[in-house]
Amino acid sequence: MKIRLNGDDYITKAASTVSELLAELDINPLRVALELNMAIVKKAQYDSAALKDGDNVEVVNFVGGG
Amino acid sequence: MEDGVSNGKLIIAGVEFKSRLWVGTGKYKDFEETKKAIEASGSDMVTVAVRRVNIFDRKSPNLLDYIDPKVYKILPHTAGCYSVEDALRYARLGREAGISDFVKLEVIGDEKTLFPDVCGLLKATEILAKEGFIVLPYSNDDPIVAQRLVNAGAAAVMPLGAPIGSGLGIRNPYNIKIILETVKGVPIIVDAGVGTASDAAVAMELGCDAVLINTGIAGATQPIMMAAAMKHAVIAGRFAYKAGRIARRLYAAASSPFDGML
Repeated sequence: MKIRLNGDDYITKAASTVSELLAELDINPLRVALELNMAIVKKAQYDSAALKDGDNVEVVNFVGGG
Repeated sequence: MEDGVSNGKLIIAGVEFKSRLWVGTGKYKDFEETKKAIEASGSDMVTVAVRRVNIFDRKSPNLLDYIDPKVYKILPHTAGCYSVEDALRYARLGREAGISDFVKLEVIGDEKTLFPDVCGLLKATEILAKEGFIVLPYSNDDPIVAQRLVNAGAAAVMPLGAPIGSGLGIRNPYNIKIILETVKGVPIIVDAGVGTASDAAVAMELGCDAVLINTGIAGATQPIMMAAAMKHAVIAGRFAYKAGRIARRLYAAASSPFDGML
């Protein structure tokens, strides 16, 4: 499946949900926030949030800043 | 006795702060230096930016490996946002990525000065406060705007001392003083412009509840030492404010008695 991930094209390996995508990317879900097509997905919904071709996913975390 | 950091405690939305110095995490050489400087500052409130995860470099260290959220309160901000919509988006993402409803709200109006867009700031404050956020808006030093922000639901007001990263100190102490006298019920925290320890002390001597510093520490030649200097300056300034300074006078007033002179 081809999605947009943080502004770039990304071909998923086997992921079909947000949880699986984060696992595939080796990202700790507790430390990020995620938007699926501009809408925030709550952590409790990561397991059930299904991905489809063409989805736009943004994954953010905290970085140094004032 | 007031120790400058605990008695007359700084409390916002039920959250108690050990230190009246808040620090940013930008511009450090590396996370190790960030960690040491924050430790030296004695601060327990640490601001962070919300940015995209580096998807393809998963080995790079994470800020939270160095700044333990169990030890420090993590304050996400909306720096870099030039519209209400962007600020709302970053605030909501920050809340989801973190563990609290606190947000340092920035709606910037101009790239060169990084002065706040106060119209956008007011609008975003109102919306986020209604969504349950504890909104700490980065504002200019206008007492009218400060009161409007409180009316819109701000939990504190954070007027700038000078432009972000400028190190120019408290450019308008009289405006800060007016804000302190007229805006009641929320902490007033100087955010931006503090360049060295005396600037932090001035802010605290005016009666500000806290000071937020990033570049003033991270940009120093020796950031860890400057962090310690800022810690002491904030405590000294708070002490001096609570102690009550003497009135300024134009002419001398002898310190020693005339009685007993030969």
